[in-house]
Amino acid sequence: MIDLQKLATSRRGFMGLAAGGGAAIALGASGQPARAQRTNARILIMGAGAGGAGIANRLAARLDGAQITVLDGRPQHWYQPGFTLIASGLRKADYAISSTEQWLPRGVNYVNEYAAELDPEANRVTTTGGQRIDYDYLIVATGLTLDWDAIEGFDLSMAGPQNGIAAHYASPEHAELSWQALDKFTDEGGIGMFGRPATEMKCAGAPVKICFLGEDIATTKGNRGKCEFIYNAQATNLFGVPVIHHRVRQIMDERNITYRYQHVLKGIDLGAKTATYTTPEGEVSDKWDFINIIPPQRAPQVIRDSGLSWAERWVDQGWIEVDMHTLRHARYANIFGIGDINGVPKGKTAASVKFHIPVVEDHLVSEIAGREGTRRYDGYTSCPLITRIGRAMLVEFDYQDNLTPSFPGVIAPLEELWISWLMKEVALKATYNAMLRGRA
Amino acid sequence: MEDFTLMTLLTVFEEIFGRWLFWAMVAVAVIITLGYIYVLVRDRAMSMRKFLLAQLSMPFGGIAAVGFVMMMTNSGFSDIGGPIDWIVLLGVFAAGAVGFAILVYVVQSLMRGKEADI
Repeated sequence: MIDLQKLATSRRGFMGLAAGGGAAIALGASGQPARAQRTNARILIMGAGAGGAGIANRLAARLDGAQITVLDGRPQHWYQPGFTLIASGLRKADYAISSTEQWLPRGVNYVNEYAAELDPEANRVTTTGGQRIDYDYLIVATGLTLDWDAIEGFDLSMAGPQNGIAAHYASPEHAELSWQALDKFTDEGGIGMFGRPATEMKCAGAPVKICFLGEDIATTKGNRGKCEFIYNAQATNLFGVPVIHHRVRQIMDERNITYRYQHVLKGIDLGAKTATYTTPEGEVSDKWDFINIIPPQRAPQVIRDSGLSWAERWVDQGWIEVDMHTLRHARYANIFGIGDINGVPKGKTAASVKFHIPVVEDHLVSEIAGREGTRRYDGYTSCPLITRIGRAMLVEFDYQDNLTPSFPGVIAPLEELWISWLMKEVALKATYNAMLRGRA
Repeated sequence: MEDFTLMTLLTVFEEIFGRWLFWAMVAVAVIITLGYIYVLVRDRAMSMRKFLLAQLSMPFGGIAAVGFVMMMTNSGFSDIGGPIDWIVLLGVFAAGAVGFAILVYVVQSLMRGKEADI
């Protein structure tokens, strides 16, 4: 069982599955799972996304008799890593849509409502429908909210080809509208604006990917000469990990993509087709024919109101105060966080969720069994950084900004490779689905 | 959890090819393999003439396999980037070539029968 656990949650095991390789065979050969831990604990999981569904399945398998409640108001589950493929015309919106319920294990209580109030002192959540849920353990896996209102002059209804506006983070449908806008831009030409917000964000590689993909699509169409690509970075780098920043900068140089540092989108003027950016030298205004808008990202209001957030860090964003290695809340020992909501230096990706889940599972199940959990999260994050249709760089890194390649010497992390593209396009969703089911 | 390995692997491949295509391919592979075993047992020998034609057909199987992967994945030869890409590509080619060679051998054996080889 120890072998099974190690393999199932090792990076190599995970990426091996993503490659559709033999790692899966090794996983199953290791033996039977341990007998489920008997308990009558009441466990509430807020959120049924990648983290919530995945941990619900793991806990259902590991615990016998626990009352597990999953709270999520959205009946749809979104495969968010697929949004980039939709926004580049390779998939339709339905590629990323499934039902939340289909991923949840039998025996859990699924409440199809959002939380209205969370009281960690009383160990209680009240739902938007007025239901009161008391818990012994709480797992916060709400994900984050996209603060579209923070972009002045913008409304999500503006997204689409008629205005030249993309907003591919918003939803599968918006990702498809974003493709229509990108398709039109790469047909007709003009100035294309890309960039990212100044807050923490999910998948910090995605703003870069869509820029690379747009450039590649324009080149393939033979229209590169009439398209200008401008990438606006919020910081003095193009990616938070220095070695990856340099590689991205090199590729942008090679492909004649203009990049500007410390340009944060403040607002747009649809009529004038201009965008205002905040810079250290003041505000600047630029014309665009196409713009991809990714707004600031924050914890949901109910979490920010609950007192779980860091008091002195990310004060405008509200990520919860968890230990960066155990993911247990610093002030409420019966609360854990999984996924985007965690106030840790890195890891707002589905790949990070994969590594959050076994850590939380271990500490929670161990505590119920009267032991100390031992697993630690080291900040692992992975991003198949697509550089063109058909190629990607499989960048993986940790809290220390170290590259942590799953296949050192075989799949080079900073090399644009076909196999990395195959993993992204073909195998990642299947592996993600297996993770939701608690099987990978 | 007992079906952990099989279910995960099947999930991955069903997702890659689509459920029906994947299982159809599995069925075809199983039928061809059984056919190969059948003709070997029936004939009690490898026929070198059939084997020669099987070998000559290998490049076609390899090319078809590579074409199939390219068609399924929105990618092409210009996307081959590093050594691992060439290894994967050659692996796909080799698998297609060997699979097709076995198919050609089996089809010849079943159509011509044992005597045709003399």
